[in-house]
Amino acid sequence: MNTHEIPALQVDDLTVAYRERPVLWDVDLRVPQGVLMAVVGPNGAGKTTLLKSVMGLVKPLAGRIQIHDRPAREQRRITAYVPQRNSVDWDFPTSVLDLVLMGTYGALGWFRRPGEAERERARGALRRVGLEDLEGRQISQLSGGQQQRAFLARALVQEAQIHFMDEPFQGVDATTERTIVELLKELRAAGKTVIVVHHDLQTVADYFDWVTLLNVRLIASGPVAEVFDEERLRLTYGGRLAFAATGGGSVAAQPVFGRLAPDEERKGS
Amino acid sequence: MSSFLQDYTLRMVLGGVLALGIFSGALGSFAVLRRQSLLGDALSHAALPGIVLAFLLSGSRATGVLLLGAAIAGWLGTLAIRAMVRGRLTREDSALGIVLSVFFGLGLVLLTWAQRLPGAGKAGLDKFLFGQAATLVRSDVLLMCAIALPSLLLLVLFWKELKLLTFDAAYARALGLPVERVEALLTLLLVLAIVIGLQTVGVVLMSAMLIAPAAAARQWTDRLSRMVALAALAGALSGAGGVLLSSSAPRWPTGPAIVLCASLLVVASLLFAPHRGILWSWLRFRRNRRRLDEDLVLYHMLQMAQHHAGRLDHPHARRVIQSMTPRADVRPVLHSLEQAGWVRRREGDSWSLTSDGAERALSHRAERERPPS
Amino acid sequence: MQAHLEILAIAAVIAVACALPGTLLVLRRMALLSDAISHSILLGIVLAFFAQGGLDSPLVILGAAASGVLMVVLVEFLVRSRLVREDAAIGLVFPVLFSIAVILVSRHTGSIHLDVDAVLLGELAFAPFDRLEAGGADLGPRGLWIGTGILALNLAFLGLCYKELKLSTFDAGLAAVLGFMPGVLHYGLLSLVSLTCVGAFDAVGSILVVALMIAPPATARLLTERLGLLFALSAALAVAGALLGYGLAVFLDLNIAGSMATVLGLFFALTWLAAPREGWLARRALRRAQTRRLAGDLLVIHLLQHEGSPTERREARVIHMQEHLGWSPEFARGVLADALEEGHVTRMDGLLHLKPEGRQRAEKALVHI
Ligand SMILES: Nc1ncnc2c1ncn2[C@@H]1O[C@H](COP(=O)(O)OP(=O)(O)OP(=O)(O)O)[C@@H](O)[C@H]1O
Ligand SMILES: [Mg+2]
Repeated sequence: MNTHEIPALQVDDLTVAYRERPVLWDVDLRVPQGVLMAVVGPNGAGKTTLLKSVMGLVKPLAGRIQIHDRPAREQRRITAYVPQRNSVDWDFPTSVLDLVLMGTYGALGWFRRPGEAERERARGALRRVGLEDLEGRQISQLSGGQQQRAFLARALVQEAQIHFMDEPFQGVDATTERTIVELLKELRAAGKTVIVVHHDLQTVADYFDWVTLLNVRLIASGPVAEVFDEERLRLTYGGRLAFAATGGGSVAAQPVFGRLAPDEERKGS
Repeated sequence: MSSFLQDYTLRMVLGGVLALGIFSGALGSFAVLRRQSLLGDALSHAALPGIVLAFLLSGSRATGVLLLGAAIAGWLGTLAIRAMVRGRLTREDSALGIVLSVFFGLGLVLLTWAQRLPGAGKAGLDKFLFGQAATLVRSDVLLMCAIALPSLLLLVLFWKELKLLTFDAAYARALGLPVERVEALLTLLLVLAIVIGLQTVGVVLMSAMLIAPAAAARQWTDRLSRMVALAALAGALSGAGGVLLSSSAPRWPTGPAIVLCASLLVVASLLFAPHRGILWSWLRFRRNRRRLDEDLVLYHMLQMAQHHAGRLDHPHARRVIQSMTPRADVRPVLHSLEQAGWVRRREGDSWSLTSDGAERALSHRAERERPPS
Repeated sequence: MQAHLEILAIAAVIAVACALPGTLLVLRRMALLSDAISHSILLGIVLAFFAQGGLDSPLVILGAAASGVLMVVLVEFLVRSRLVREDAAIGLVFPVLFSIAVILVSRHTGSIHLDVDAVLLGELAFAPFDRLEAGGADLGPRGLWIGTGILALNLAFLGLCYKELKLSTFDAGLAAVLGFMPGVLHYGLLSLVSLTCVGAFDAVGSILVVALMIAPPATARLLTERLGLLFALSAALAVAGALLGYGLAVFLDLNIAGSMATVLGLFFALTWLAAPREGWLARRALRRAQTRRLAGDLLVIHLLQHEGSPTERREARVIHMQEHLGWSPEFARGVLADALEEGHVTRMDGLLHLKPEGRQRAEKALVHI
């Protein structure tokens, strides 16, 4: 059987509620292997929640999540996660290399410590994100973009098959953004699946080949060329978008006058 | 010194506080990094009813029995705190305050009860309030070591899990780590560290034994492993220091003496630790400001010299230079510039740029005036 | 009897005096400062004692309160230096001040009649013996006067600065912009907390001051969302706890302060469990009902989305609900039973079908998103 027929990620009927109102409602998703996918939607659309459900960080009300045809919780070894940067205490007494080494903990299992082999792999990952000169630095002395790249390196050493990244481009400059995009494309070229929460609609068509439009419900998911169009974006963002056709079937869209979060919308209606 | 070490009581006390200092220093590092410094305070107070209840139920005053009661009560305290903060409206600080005071109050109630039992004098139980290191006997010290050593071993065995949990619990869970169990282990170790300190420094001051060594150690290093090792060392040093202090002068209670030593270590670390210390930051600040002042003086001297038909070594009176700098006294700046060979003193109190100084000033000005890219 | 009444009066006055600033501490998430302050005041008491040679002068009260404020200043300084965080800073400072005080007391046991036990544990039972006299006339127990004075101060502070305190508690930034000087209010509040601790430690001891300050507001917080009511309820709970605790202590011959704290703890525990909206039981019932209702919505939405689609035969199977929705068999059965009973779905040869009512419900739920 062709392994590429096994989806990298399959989500069935996922519903998640923190309080009374669901923030994800009956989401079905099927992502093939080897794609670089953007998850797009307004603030509060549930993008982070989707990632957290896959990573087992929140408990869904209903639904089934499978990675490579097996329950996601049994596939931690081949799943890597890059959380939002502000999720940790950057004052923690640890070095950049140490931070990256944490990515090897899962594969090491109990009691074993990272050794020279792991250290070498961590250095390799730091080279790939361009931080090789900073391995001994305390993590608080990194800039925002460098912190983001350190997180990426930590995911890289996991040598996972599928990567989940929550807004890796948040607060990084253009150069770093390009470095990260190159890296993501390398991962895809190596046959990995990469799923990225992304906010900049203008770059979706450039960076990604697959896209999921999400706003509490799944609006659409598929190849960028097929599903990333004006009408679906309007559905996703509730019509408050300005569009500029760029040809080739894709669009560049720019949300106008501060989009409302979906819950504010609901209050208004 | 040798006669000192032959004193049985002192030897026991010293052994006890060393075990305590090392263990509480190491565990305190994790508590401080997890922003749970005050959890130790709440749990040590929460241990009191456990001690008294253990005595009431077993009728025994053996340290092991009492400490078991303390550990159970401390554990219940953590469960209570966890249950309370799960709601929307009770914050962690309130939860800690309630557990601290209510458990302690319950302990006092039980204590009055216990004191009424025939043959149960007050002594024996209330030593846990302030601690009485002098009452440590051989079996107590052995018990403390029997708790501390395996606990430290667990700390080493589960090092990387504990570290990951402390730094990034969500990532730990995403890696498939059983976060709840690791967290339970860490809390258990914290409770044990508190328990073995109760007899020595007491309920009230135990939290300082967790926080102070860790806070001191944090200033000296940016590595968790070194921080934990240093905190253990700081704990041991304060323990030994406190015991020496209290044994060399009459009527120095050991617990407070230990806490005082630990706090001295903290103050010294805050002041003198390289890179982070207050003194260090102050010196760095001064150095930077001096450098800025020097550049400013060079810049103005260059500007003025160029007004004099471009003769860069044109001398300027100090008064004139002074009037162009915000600093109250420009003399120290001029002297250090002179030492660097950038200005020269001329007749009277006037100064001129050297050729090196002019070069430096020119390159600085170029940098200043370049539009930001 | 007279003594009992006097003790009850003192207890009630002190309970209210503690609960009022305690409410602000709880709202500002600074509850543990009360613990730190109540330990730190010992140093002030000891030093003032050395300066005055007695414990009776008002200077002792002021000195003690000052050392509480000193603790706050030191904590602030440490936090500003950014070398330690606030929780660690608190935990560093008060044990030092307390240790120095304990050492001073034990070094001078000959000359100072200060029982550290009593400071920690308090002795309300002796309060009626310490009387205030003027010109030979007995004016009542000193504790009552001190307590009333502090209560009056706290009431005055609250009354004068109510709106400012409210704003600076909720949004210190805005308060600063509007010129209300949240820093001054902060120190004002903590000075009053210090003073209140000093007034109360005589009666209930320094650790149980914490119970009086924190437990009633934390309890009241679970019962009301309105600030004014929160103050009133805290005060009422504190008085009830103090009086009940005292009664229990007398009846069973127990430590008074300990029994008050225990009663206050019981109040909190009961409220935490059974408060009408925020209690554990209520929240659990609500959560269960919500989960069940949401699951029902989910079921009809799921059926609606696959209605008439090629995947319907697979997606509408009863067994599918367990497989894909990840529900336990009992839960799935319950949800299904609800939906069948409410007439939203029907079952036909192993497949579920929407009835018009079910379709309506699904559409309504979807619009709601
Ligand atoms: N821990 C939580 N408790 C309660 N509600 C939450 C929690 N986390 C998220 N929410 C709510 O769930 C909704 C979805 O949040 P989520 O973080 O998944 O959005 P997002 O798409 O990642 O948004 P953003 O673009 O702002 O990152 C929001 O309305 C948010 O308020
Ligand atoms: Mg997000």
